[in-house]
Amino acid sequence: MNLKKLSIENKKIRDLIPQALTILALLSVIIYFATNAQINMGNRGISFGFGFLSQEASFDIAFSLIEFDGSYSYGRAFLVGLLNTILVSIIGIFLATILGVIVGVARLSNNYLIAKTAEWYVEIFRNIPLILQIFFWYFAALRALPSPENAINFYDVSYLTIKGWYIPKFVWINFDIFCYSLILAFISIYFLNRYAKKQREEFGKILPTFTLSLGILISIPLLSFLLLGVSLSFDYPELKQLSETSYTYENGVSIIPELIALALALSMYTATFIAENVRAGVMGVGKGQKEAAASIGLNKGQILKLVVMPQALRIIIPPTTNQYLNLTKNSSLAAAIAYPDMVLVFAKTALMQTGRAIEIISITMLTYLSLSISISILMNWYNKKMAIKEK
Amino acid sequence: MIKSIKTWILVGFTSLLLVACGQGGGGSGSKKSKTLDNTKKAGFVKCGVSQGLPGFSNADASGNWSGIDVDVCRAVAAAVLGDADKVKYTPLSAAERFTALTSGEIDVLARNTTWTLSRDADIGLTFVGVNFYDGQGFMVRKNSGINSVNDFKDGISACTNTGTTTELNMRDFFNSKNIKYEPIAFEKADEVVQAYDAGRCDTYTTDKSGLAAQRTKLSAPNDHKVLPETISKEPLGPVVRQGDSVWEDIVRWSLNTMIEAEEYGVNSSNASSLKDSDNPAIKRLVGAEGELGAAFGLDNDWSLRIIEQVGNYGESYKKHIADTGILPNRGPNELWTKGGILYVPPAR
Repeated sequence: MNLKKLSIENKKIRDLIPQALTILALLSVIIYFATNAQINMGNRGISFGFGFLSQEASFDIAFSLIEFDGSYSYGRAFLVGLLNTILVSIIGIFLATILGVIVGVARLSNNYLIAKTAEWYVEIFRNIPLILQIFFWYFAALRALPSPENAINFYDVSYLTIKGWYIPKFVWINFDIFCYSLILAFISIYFLNRYAKKQREEFGKILPTFTLSLGILISIPLLSFLLLGVSLSFDYPELKQLSETSYTYENGVSIIPELIALALALSMYTATFIAENVRAGVMGVGKGQKEAAASIGLNKGQILKLVVMPQALRIIIPPTTNQYLNLTKNSSLAAAIAYPDMVLVFAKTALMQTGRAIEIISITMLTYLSLSISISILMNWYNKKMAIKEK
Repeated sequence: MIKSIKTWILVGFTSLLLVACGQGGGGSGSKKSKTLDNTKKAGFVKCGVSQGLPGFSNADASGNWSGIDVDVCRAVAAAVLGDADKVKYTPLSAAERFTALTSGEIDVLARNTTWTLSRDADIGLTFVGVNFYDGQGFMVRKNSGINSVNDFKDGISACTNTGTTTELNMRDFFNSKNIKYEPIAFEKADEVVQAYDAGRCDTYTTDKSGLAAQRTKLSAPNDHKVLPETISKEPLGPVVRQGDSVWEDIVRWSLNTMIEAEEYGVNSSNASSLKDSDNPAIKRLVGAEGELGAAFGLDNDWSLRIIEQVGNYGESYKKHIADTGILPNRGPNELWTKGGILYVPPAR
């Protein structure tokens, strides 16, 4: 018995051989690469190592979510770039989804004007290369914005200028308590929805969950303001003269035009693809489904929410995941317009200052890979949740 | 299974190609120069230049490169191959330039590159000399009333190129003056110019020669001026890979020949007639005395060809930098005999 287990006649062993050979081939290729690189680098007097990550970066970055200046390390600069990449991706995905759903639904509208406008939007924006759109939003739209002294003024609290969008700065006291109250509110909403579902399924009662949830979301944080000493005030941006003809704003928060242009370009571009996914999803739900739902007395809103959307989402989610991944990867075009994302800060500036090409490019590639895989995992989980549950 | 085998064949094939491509260049320590052999075999000098900086390396509408950096490449080609036109130019961004050199994509990097300790010592490069002494400055709008860097105030936004010493000097400068500033760093010079022109930034900072050259690209060049202060030393010069000392010497002495020729009044039109000059230094320069070329495996007319085909440093400067209106005044880039700091070791 034992003998047979180890012999070539055992099917399991036979099946394993090609796989083992493949892994062996892969490993030898990797090892060959590594040695080759090592020898060549040795010949040219280049050392290899990640020690540079803790060295002082000595360059500044215009826009950062965490504290940073040139006295911090290259590792910290990498983190700043990564957070900026994540920030523009999240903003882009958020805007692209909203715009994509609106345009996708608009394309199905019976109103000729709305449907045609949506169609033209999709055809124009998905057929122009993204880098040109980024340049358009940055250089063409930027030139149209006024200089700080003639800013577009939003009620004296916010100013849109060529140098950026200046908004009031939030000054919190006891911000952590406010955070806990928000978390508490979300937990309560979760339990409320579970309770409402039970009520609907067991007793046929329909609770106004949306209104109740909104109430909880407002009231609990409000209580933290009134009772627990949380307070919020604002630092408003103020005009400051730099020289005889140039101005800027100080005290507020500046959202740099590079971020605005990049987020706009990415979301306008990706929204066209999401719109087509949404249209495909909605059209993919059989007409009979809607008619059946109507025949058991559901109203229009309920048909959309309970019958059409759950089925449409199954068609929409997988290709939309691809679009989210594309948007994240496309954000690396930021370097062209000086938005300090991971590529510009780390794979270009840090690479230039240190000369560590192999180390930095591999770190950057691995980071994009992990980002994309994280999005994939999240979206696959959501997809599974939405998939047909066979019984 | 079949699909995955296909994938592996593809991966294997690609990696073989990559390895094959990575074989070019690289030097041994011995007297024979692998780079020189490869260059002779290929029939052209592989030279890395900028993506377009007037005066230094700039391509015209028909793709002909010119500039004082380009002339270094041409000098090397004249010395090694006998024809200054046998150069293959590779335009490189600031971020790509050193990788292109260390990987063997190019053999000479003549791309207005600042000589610094860390670049020279740390990343497998060797600087062979200086062909332009520059310094970093600031450009502002004339009507801003800013006449000196002392007029800068907190909150000023400054546009520049990423991955350059400029970015680091800018930080040192603003820190020493204790001024808060917003650094906006673009990958390409053209985008810096556009953003500054649009009013995104209050000042544009880079090497002064660069400022002078880029100013011509602005929509109204006369509305802008360069401030008098220079905040850094920027010795720009050609670079080669570390480890091929013969090739290093060839590039170094090609540049030195151009400068020394100017010092002794040898230029492209009179060089061949000076073969019977009374001055032995001049005779050595035009190959009529000594066996200088043999030291790096070249014939004795290598330096004569450089002077005849490319010209001396003064001719090159006049043609590309002075006559184009970029920097009519030579300043520190004048010979040491005329009050500048151009001083090269003697060719003997």
